[in-house]
Amino acid sequence: MAAPILMRDMTVKGSPTHELKNQAFVWLAVIANTFGNFMLSIGMHTIQFKPSAPPLEYLRVFANPWIDGGVILLIIWFASQLSLLSWADLSYVLPVTAASYVLTAVLGKVFLHEFVSRARWSGICVISFGVMLVMGTAPRARLSGTEIIP
Amino acid sequence: MSAWFLLIVSILAGSAGDLLNAKSMRDHGEICDFRPGAVARVIGWLARDLSMLISILAQAVSFFSFLALLGVADLSFAVPATALGNVIKTLFAKIFLREQLCWRRWTGALLVSFGVWLVSL
Repeated sequence: MAAPILMRDMTVKGSPTHELKNQAFVWLAVIANTFGNFMLSIGMHTIQFKPSAPPLEYLRVFANPWIDGGVILLIIWFASQLSLLSWADLSYVLPVTAASYVLTAVLGKVFLHEFVSRARWSGICVISFGVMLVMGTAPRARLSGTEIIP
Repeated sequence: MSAWFLLIVSILAGSAGDLLNAKSMRDHGEICDFRPGAVARVIGWLARDLSMLISILAQAVSFFSFLALLGVADLSFAVPATALGNVIKTLFAKIFLREQLCWRRWTGALLVSFGVWLVSL
């Protein structure tokens, strides 16, 4: 009985270096996604862009530094998400990077002084709990037969 | 175009895009070297990978159908409805990528989807 338990613990924790790399990329993806969207939002409000604008107007949005910064951060988010997928399961990466929903709400509250309703705080708690549950699993799961849910 | 049709297209195309991204990166193997030359080689490999190219196309279809959805439906309908995508992607990962899912992964995906719905209220 001892061997499978030991193996499972090792897959959950991984080697310290690998664990550190995984955590670093999860946080990089979450922070880049959150701040990228945040900067895009500020930029789009600053230039008061209308979706019905002619196509050339779409290119002019890149003259705004907030939008440029947001696009760069979203490229970093995409690259870090792809890197994560090179060693982690899709069913691991998607829930853990959902922590960006939590960070977005906190940023909105702190910097934009947005009203965060009770339902929204409840949602943040539920997402956080879901993220913590998935973070406790191995990035690439190798489970024994009884642990797999069909 | 009906909001339900656009919603289904957005969710399915987005799920297909993420699934193909994951397949492409799995085929590539773990990225361990992050020096500029090595990163350029990864980008070159991805630019020639069919799964990655189809995934980008699928993500574009998902994005534009979501934009069209916002044109015919309220944001308060669109965001929570697309949060369902988390559960569908987990299901697809199980079926097509043969990922091994324990109760923590399933519960996590359900909680995140439910949480996104609550946040959008």
